[in-house]
Amino acid sequence: MAARSVSFDADAHFMETGVESPLDEDRVHDSFTQLIHEQSRDLSHTETMEMNSFDLEEETRDDFPSLSCADSCAGVPEEAELTDPLVETCWSTATLRVLSSMPSRTIGRSRGAILSQYYNRTMQMCRRRQSRPSIRSFSRSARPSICGYRVETDAANFDREENKRERLVNNLQNLSENDRVRMLRAIPLSLHEKRELRLSALRKPGRSFSRNEIPCCSQLKYYIIIAFRHSWYSWLSFLSSLQLWQTALKRVSGRFGTGVLSYFVFLRTLLFFNVFLLLVLCLFLVVPQAVRPPSLSASPHLYGLELLTGAGYFADSVMYYGYYSNYTLTKACNGARNQTSCGFHLSYNMPLAYFFTIGAAFFITCIILVYSMSKSFGQSFRIDRSKGLLAMKVFCSWDFKVTKKSSVRLQRENISIQLKELVAEVNRKEVKSSLLQRLSAFSIQLLAWTICVGSTAGCAYAIYCFSEYMHKDLQIRVRSSSNTKESLLLKEASLLALPVAVSSINLLLPGFFNTVAWMEEYDSPSKRNYVAIFRNLMLKVSLLGVLCYHWLGRVALEPKSVGLECWESFVGQELYRFLLMDFIFTSLDTFFGEFLWRLFSQRVLKKERKPVFDIARNVLELIYGQTIAWLGLLFTPLLPVVQVIKLLFLFYMKKTSLMRNCQAPRKPWRASQMTTFFITLLCFPSFLGAAVCVTYTMWTIKPSASCGPFQGLNTMFQAGKKWVEQLAKDNPRLTWLTWAHTYLVENPFFLFLAAGIFLIVIYFHSQVVDGQRKIIELLQEQIENEGEDKKFLITRLQTIHEQKRPFSPRRVRGASQLGLSRGNMWTI
Amino acid sequence: MGNKQTIFTAQQLDAYQVSQEKLLFHRYRDLAPQLVPLDYTNQPDVRLPYELIGSMPELKDNPFRQRIAEVFSEDGEGNMTLDDFLDMFSVLSEMAPRDLKAYYAFKIYDFNNDDFICKSDLEKTLNKLTRNELTEDEVRMVCEKVMDEADLDNDGRLSLEDFQHMIVRAPDFLSTFHIRI
Repeated sequence: MAARSVSFDADAHFMETGVESPLDEDRVHDSFTQLIHEQSRDLSHTETMEMNSFDLEEETRDDFPSLSCADSCAGVPEEAELTDPLVETCWSTATLRVLSSMPSRTIGRSRGAILSQYYNRTMQMCRRRQSRPSIRSFSRSARPSICGYRVETDAANFDREENKRERLVNNLQNLSENDRVRMLRAIPLSLHEKRELRLSALRKPGRSFSRNEIPCCSQLKYYIIIAFRHSWYSWLSFLSSLQLWQTALKRVSGRFGTGVLSYFVFLRTLLFFNVFLLLVLCLFLVVPQAVRPPSLSASPHLYGLELLTGAGYFADSVMYYGYYSNYTLTKACNGARNQTSCGFHLSYNMPLAYFFTIGAAFFITCIILVYSMSKSFGQSFRIDRSKGLLAMKVFCSWDFKVTKKSSVRLQRENISIQLKELVAEVNRKEVKSSLLQRLSAFSIQLLAWTICVGSTAGCAYAIYCFSEYMHKDLQIRVRSSSNTKESLLLKEASLLALPVAVSSINLLLPGFFNTVAWMEEYDSPSKRNYVAIFRNLMLKVSLLGVLCYHWLGRVALEPKSVGLECWESFVGQELYRFLLMDFIFTSLDTFFGEFLWRLFSQRVLKKERKPVFDIARNVLELIYGQTIAWLGLLFTPLLPVVQVIKLLFLFYMKKTSLMRNCQAPRKPWRASQMTTFFITLLCFPSFLGAAVCVTYTMWTIKPSASCGPFQGLNTMFQAGKKWVEQLAKDNPRLTWLTWAHTYLVENPFFLFLAAGIFLIVIYFHSQVVDGQRKIIELLQEQIENEGEDKKFLITRLQTIHEQKRPFSPRRVRGASQLGLSRGNMWTI
Repeated sequence: MGNKQTIFTAQQLDAYQVSQEKLLFHRYRDLAPQLVPLDYTNQPDVRLPYELIGSMPELKDNPFRQRIAEVFSEDGEGNMTLDDFLDMFSVLSEMAPRDLKAYYAFKIYDFNNDDFICKSDLEKTLNKLTRNELTEDEVRMVCEKVMDEADLDNDGRLSLEDFQHMIVRAPDFLSTFHIRI
């Protein structure tokens, strides 16, 4: 109700003084120039008298002296504090009129202003397409700094609203389709008006379909385009209704906010990556090989542990590397091997297909990752982030997605706490903590870091020794060569020991790190987040590094000592086991960490506090799982299937546990920055590490001699080389291909060159960002200066105006109070 | 004639710029099935009162729901036509450009509709955000600091420019000023 009364007041004020805001700007500008002329001339008494009577008339007709904060001046006109000089001091009418028509106060105020603003924007877009305009076309104005400003300053150009609309429509016509759509989308008018603008932009003559003499073929083309667009829209709406887990995500975000939502969105993204990998690998590798099974002496024994170990029954199946043949698959026709009698000749070079499919899958994944990383980086990176935190917190922190009542209440509490903290921080005087305090804080942090790094190194070494022990143990078991069912079962079970050890370390140690971090003090909660993530990441990277050394450096070098015909299949099985164990331990963690903890804290400790969903830790678990999946692509083409099933289970399990057992996080979580950070982590240590391992395997390690698509070659990479040489032999015109292959692909110099160019481009961009930061600072200073100029000019105008009047200030105030009392009658 | 009809429908879909236009229409209709007809081709003048809009589950507990409805409704009181409804959810969707969202957010936080966010608007915003969790002193301090930080041309209130400048520096704005339907 209060809102309406004030607006009514404003309207009344304007109607009283006969000025209808931006539409009547001619009169206002006239009065302004009139004022300036009056000041610069020598004043005669009569002129003074005329002006005075004019002013007195104006002032008695005023409702209130200040512009829209009606209550600030009522009753206390003596307070002429210069804290907010443009608002609280009582100005004269003429000054007020000038103030109200300042460009900064008319932008966005009315439809006319919006139309003219967008007219200027479309004008700039049209101009950009043409060549540079000549100097003559720039209008001369008294204030050179506003040449090319968004709002027209030339008084003669102020048209009525319909003219502005006409000209905007004209401009819209001249833009391309995409630009027009984008411009229309950004205009802040109602849908009704936008529709009208669009229709008038399209209805103008000049479009081919409005003419009658359209040749029939282009009319047909036109119908086809319309039909296509119609079907495209219906397909889009169908797709959006089909979006995976839309309602589930909505419920999660409604209760827990954007931070927890980002974990589930990340999970969904990983799922799509894996589905893509699955499709590619199935189509190009699994299906052709499954249709033409090789002749292997398969002796499947079902031990019962197959699902866990991935060995035994599955060892010689299409799941692993060893199943794939190293020759060209041909279509057997009518049982006869005589190819000349075949009608349809189909051959599929398996080794080449294997090599290129894995390479292409990695390459496309890399491109998609880099693209999504750069897109999310562009959204979340801001050049200057130091100022304006409190304002951002007030206006941008309310999450409109949250709908549940208790979560809304929680969000309120969170925001209040954060605001209180921020105000306290801003108010806190810079207490120079004594040297002793700083030293003690530093030493505590150093101690915490030493503990964490030490425990990570210790665990990595422990895994190294344990893997060596298991390796020796396996050698002993193989050498003992007893074929009893028990010993075989034990052998299979012993393979599970290493994954269990690694997964339990992954589960327990991050909790230990969090406990250690309690004793430390950090400046900001986001710094604490980053430190925790970094320590967890360091642990996982070192564990994976040790494991990769174990597989590629130990198992691959001497496969015969552990009785392996096919080390790649063994490594594939290991990776399958690791993936599965990771899933089992995550489920156990969810069960114990969330469900049982909630029961314990509610029944035993009698507290209402539920456990908090640890977003960072869960996301790092996802990244770890995905790294293993990528590592295993080369050895187990069906691993994406396992990963997809695992992710599906994980989604429902985590969501159920979240809804029942957890509460929303209390600490602030900058969702968009964190999402960017996690995608970067997915790209850099995770994907890059997996790609480097796979590349190393393909380039240097000798594949097994008796299984897989690369048997007999020195390295897997030679498959491609052989094919190129074969091509060159068959077709002498392609010898340049071998040359290109030898010098570009095999030679590392080319790679170094590419990496060097990449680094130079990054350096260049960082320098550009630095320069832009400096420009922003300079421009902000300029804005402040302009504000000061404005204040100065307005006060000067006012003082000059007051000096001319012979009335004392007290009488002026009396008159304005008279006006005020009259004005109060208008307030509802 | 048939030619023009298809153009209009395709353009109608285009202009709505919302990929979930059908879903939104059905949500609108579900609020008052007896008032809203199924056939919108002759554009009937149907206006749902604010009480119905404010009872939607997405808006029911939002402290700014009244302002949102007022800003997007034609009559300024919260009674919305289908166009207003679609407008509202398209601006609050993921696909709306940042400037458009900033413009409407500015209008939502401008309680007295004078195209500026003055101190009283700020105080009202804070009260809606925190619902009396902060003391008077704290509210006053927060308002002062916010004015200090965000008011660039020092006129004592935030104009649309100041607001947009601040929004540009807040990467989270796009994800928080978003309602999922």
